[in-house]
Amino acid sequence: MSRWGMVIDLDKCTACQACVIACRIENNIPPPNPEEAALSRSIGWIRMVERVEGEYPHIKSNIMPVPCMQCEHPPCVKVCPVGATNETKEGIVDQIYARCIGCRYCCNACPYTVKFMNWYKPAWPKEMMNSLNPDVTVRPKGVVEKCVFCAHRIQRAKDRAKAEKREMTPDDYMPACAETCPSKAIYFGDLNDKDSIVSKLARSPRAFRLLEELGTEPKVYYLREGA
Amino acid sequence: MEAVKPDRGLGKEEKMTEVKDEILYQPILKTSRGFYIVFALLLFVVLFAAYAYFIQIRDGLGVSGLNSPIFWGVYITNFVFFIGVSHAGTLISAILRISKAEWRRSITRSAEVITVLVLFFGLGNILIDLGRIDRMMMVIRHGRFQSPLLWDVVSITTYLTASAIYLYLPLIPDIALLRDRIKGGFRGRLYQVLALGWAGTERQIHYLEKGIAIMAVTVLPIAVSVHTVVSYVFSMTIQPMWHSAIFGPYFVAGAIFSGIAAIIVAMAVLRRVYHLEGYFREVHFNNLGILLLVMTCLWLYFTFSEYLTVFYGAEPDEIKVFMEKFTGKYAPHFWFMVMTCFIIPFTILANSKTRTIKGTVIASISVNIGMWLERYTIVVPTLMHPRLPYETGMYSPTWVEWSILAGCFALFAMIYMVFTKLFPIVSIWEVQEGREKAHDEVAERLRTYLPL
Repeated sequence: MSRWGMVIDLDKCTACQACVIACRIENNIPPPNPEEAALSRSIGWIRMVERVEGEYPHIKSNIMPVPCMQCEHPPCVKVCPVGATNETKEGIVDQIYARCIGCRYCCNACPYTVKFMNWYKPAWPKEMMNSLNPDVTVRPKGVVEKCVFCAHRIQRAKDRAKAEKREMTPDDYMPACAETCPSKAIYFGDLNDKDSIVSKLARSPRAFRLLEELGTEPKVYYLREGA
Repeated sequence: MEAVKPDRGLGKEEKMTEVKDEILYQPILKTSRGFYIVFALLLFVVLFAAYAYFIQIRDGLGVSGLNSPIFWGVYITNFVFFIGVSHAGTLISAILRISKAEWRRSITRSAEVITVLVLFFGLGNILIDLGRIDRMMMVIRHGRFQSPLLWDVVSITTYLTASAIYLYLPLIPDIALLRDRIKGGFRGRLYQVLALGWAGTERQIHYLEKGIAIMAVTVLPIAVSVHTVVSYVFSMTIQPMWHSAIFGPYFVAGAIFSGIAAIIVAMAVLRRVYHLEGYFREVHFNNLGILLLVMTCLWLYFTFSEYLTVFYGAEPDEIKVFMEKFTGKYAPHFWFMVMTCFIIPFTILANSKTRTIKGTVIASISVNIGMWLERYTIVVPTLMHPRLPYETGMYSPTWVEWSILAGCFALFAMIYMVFTKLFPIVSIWEVQEGREKAHDEVAERLRTYLPL
């Protein structure tokens, strides 16, 4: 059984935000409307988070893309009263939109704030309606949604492998953000395979995870900048 | 030696005392114009809230001021607040009954009703907060006990059942009194059914007293569990200033605190409107005022412990939330809370000269405002400061949320008013029993306290 993981090399990341756009297109996330965005209600399964440390002139700032951390011990799964958010066998923290009651407890329990609420019914400009991705459910109003490592692509990869009469390999599956990244800063693969690129990079001395001290064991690793 | 009386309490003597307690029947028999006017005004507020909720159902939770990462706001504050107020009745009434405090007799009913009614508003607010109210049955179908929300569901429904039984049992003899007075019509039939054939026989009294005693003991741990579990919703997460071991007792103490305040306000209103000066006397307000004073001090103690721990430890994520409350955007809320939860009630209640009916009522209203703010400053500032440095907006509740809050209070008052029109708001038989027997019982008890 694979355990999908991601490594983001902050040295390579140019903060171009291509991953953010690719994610939107792939996962049918409606473009944010300005008024809602001003209320900080826009949805983005992967977002650019800017961190500024210190005070002028000793100022340091960095920008990092933050998707769902796909925790090994997800605090959001613990608190869901109906099991709408759960962990799949392959370690992806999934969300069942048809079951979610919209209590937003998971949003509050997540220390990374990477779960999003559909405050209204999602809406697209007319021109975009024909280009929605048929593989991804359009969420109804009132439910919580999140990054699921483009899990629909696993199914697609399995189907393709079956059609070609072979086993699915980890190379068959890659989330949209990793696929798009122009500077190849996002690596994706099987953490259970010790020879995979993500396994190797996750063991690198540059590797760290966000809020590691909370014991959530994210499956998204970062490679430290400038090391 | 005196002959043993064959009939305890509600036998023939009842006819004599009935005239005395005539005023307790008045709200049920007569309805003044003022009642209808107030009722209509409240109905207007409720209808407006219903309209606001309709808008929310139609358009989505976006009509509230909630956003990301402030996912919870007024509705969850209301939920915690109302569940807190529900600790008034049943818990206080049970404690007073078990400790045989004789002054309880005329106040227990009005307190117990608050519990049962207000619990619905606690539950109601959490349902209003759901993005998908249509799927609420999923909680039963797919409920997972790993989630503190499920603990809430279990605990609150148990409490609701227990406190409804605890309200109903002491009502039976009173309903029987009404059944004997009012014949026919909807009410006649209602009392006929609810009186359960009560005739005041010794056997029935024995079972009733046993039932009440059992329920009084049963509701105590349930009541404590309810607000503990409500606090667990927050403290089980690892969010800064929610993840605190003190939350269980802190919430329970706060609940009893706001509960007592609610009883005092309700009693003062009833006293005035239904002319119950003889039943809700200075001493009741004085005693409850002292209880409120104790809870004020307990509240300060808990608040102090909680905030000092956070401040001294100065863990960066926690101190951000702490500073937001002390000097930041939520400082007005926080300091107003300190003022209304401690400074005002303590000043009034600590002095026996100001611990009058008027004084305790002012203190109680202040406490209720303060306790709502306490819940608000627990829920919102933590959510404003997630651990990762995101842009965070300010949460300002919209007219929809305020209307629903007003609607909750109005609907509560309406149902309470209807209750007073159907059932005696002071337990008639318990007052009578007190008049007839309490003297001897207390004298007997006193003899057992004192050295021979």
